[in-house]
Amino acid sequence: MANGTTTSEKLLQWVDDRFPLTATWKGHLSEYYAPKNFNFWYYFGSLAMLVLVIQILTGIFLTMNYKPSAENAFASVEYIMRDVEWGWLIRYMHSTGASFFFIVIYLHMFRALLYGSYRKPRELLWIIGCFLYLALMAEAFFGYLLPWGQMSFWGAQVIVNLFASIPIIGPDLAIWIRGDFVVGDATLNRFFAFHVIAVPLVLLVLVFVHIIALHEVGSNNPDGVEIKKKKDPKTGIPLDGIPFHPYYTVKDIVGTVVFLAIFSAVLFFVPEMFGYFLEYNNFIPADPLKTPLHIAPVWYFTPFYAMLRAVPSIFGSQFPGVAVMGAAVVIMFFLPWLDRSPVKSIRYRGPIYKIALTLFAISFVILGWLGIEAPTPLYTWMARVLTVVYFAFFLLMPWYTKIDKVKPEPQRVTEK
Amino acid sequence: MGEQAVMGGPAFQGDQGVDKGKRNFLIAATSAVGGVFGAAVAVPFIVSMQPSARARAAGAPVEVDISKIEPGAMLTVEWRGKPVWILNRTKPMLETLAKDPGRLADPNSEASAQPDNCRNETRSIKPEYLVAVGICTHLGCSPSPMFTPGDASGLGAEWPGGFLCPCHGSRFDLAARVFAGQPAPTNLEIPPYYFMSDARVLVGEEKKGA
Repeated sequence: MANGTTTSEKLLQWVDDRFPLTATWKGHLSEYYAPKNFNFWYYFGSLAMLVLVIQILTGIFLTMNYKPSAENAFASVEYIMRDVEWGWLIRYMHSTGASFFFIVIYLHMFRALLYGSYRKPRELLWIIGCFLYLALMAEAFFGYLLPWGQMSFWGAQVIVNLFASIPIIGPDLAIWIRGDFVVGDATLNRFFAFHVIAVPLVLLVLVFVHIIALHEVGSNNPDGVEIKKKKDPKTGIPLDGIPFHPYYTVKDIVGTVVFLAIFSAVLFFVPEMFGYFLEYNNFIPADPLKTPLHIAPVWYFTPFYAMLRAVPSIFGSQFPGVAVMGAAVVIMFFLPWLDRSPVKSIRYRGPIYKIALTLFAISFVILGWLGIEAPTPLYTWMARVLTVVYFAFFLLMPWYTKIDKVKPEPQRVTEK
Repeated sequence: MGEQAVMGGPAFQGDQGVDKGKRNFLIAATSAVGGVFGAAVAVPFIVSMQPSARARAAGAPVEVDISKIEPGAMLTVEWRGKPVWILNRTKPMLETLAKDPGRLADPNSEASAQPDNCRNETRSIKPEYLVAVGICTHLGCSPSPMFTPGDASGLGAEWPGGFLCPCHGSRFDLAARVFAGQPAPTNLEIPPYYFMSDARVLVGEEKKGA
């Protein structure tokens, strides 16, 4: 073991003898070899971590002034907005951050669909990511109740009642979730606990596990070929790999700057995003006696909400719709085993997958729009058709990926 | 497998001559007891999320003065955190209830929740006063009053007057009965109540011995 000569080297050595600091730095940054052909789509992983940090930091400062009680919650948010020094900025950062979190995560997930990043050997990485997505949805749902506005209240009322539609155990389960017979003070207080400690802990652990899994198998790339197959015989370093630090840390800083510019533009000029990021009805205090005339979840839940509404009640039970909505998320977990294509990346896939992915993306976006709009008979039928398209993308995948005409994959990554 | 050590680690010299059966039994027994206690500790945490004693006790009945409700007008009061409507129905309003029961999903309220003395066409004790929990049986939104019949309501010329749920469009008549083919499976709930006098109603309790 070589001893350092300068004081800082000696200090580092002292630490390394007790904690694998240098080894961790090397293993995950300076000697973690990522494919050299990352493109635009590879910004969103690091951006998701950036938003997580923004949410945790702003969240900590919001809890300093927020009061989780039915009586005081709405007023305390207004207090933050009007009377707390810079409170409006911190609150808008948090509310804008929530929507940007989903924008970034949806693009991050779409990247995986484009380049087959869920395929062997990255199945577990994908599944951990699906759990992260679930946890993020729970985090957003619990957080949305906290301002205790009309949309907070009636949104929570509808979602908790979804659980009540589960046969047999449903009604008792809903009471257990609410902690009362109606959404009330007890519900708000426990949702606060879930939002500020329980789910964030789960999120952090999952992010950690997600990165450990990623660094074990190595990153995929836009060509979908494994860089670990072609290594320098002397060094054992992948020929197409470059150290994450400094190459991709610097690249991600560029992404961060552009992201923060867009984020700030929304934050300072349109924090409500015309009612899409912060719904107008949520500026009215929760009133358990009066439902707003039109209620819809925030935009990032609306594709699933549209599916829920598209399914008619069967035998007087809303459960089939709830089951379809749940299945829409659960089915993502099985993606690694549904895809039978011999290639991973869209670059070498045939026309069938390209059409299927396009239809899937379009159906998801239009379902999202339908979930915001009030239902009409035409919209309900559109939602039904698009729900079928959404599920067909997954359920027919074993067949259409198999018969699709693929191009040969290259041996090494390409520079496109 | 010979001298394989516990947890897949390298075999210790000390493992020789170990009674494997006894060791496995002890591991299983310790794990089982630990698991049982772990589950037992989870019980108080899970049960703590049930409605508290205070929440359970908060269901006290509510006394309402109905003398000020004009015919055709509705008063909303809070009972157990839920909206309870008291609608003073006019003669023309009551007449709409008898028309064509085939339009309704449960015209005789067989699958719906109400006290026995309200299981009738008007779903009430006194025909003119409808007392109902204003929570949609679909997903719990509060329907809006749409008492104006016909085209003026925006719900079509056939609309007899009733309630419309803003969330998923369920429609109810003036006896809080759901129309057929709506997302809501059953009629709105009628709470227990009784008339203390001509001017006062107690919501949340049936008359004892009545």
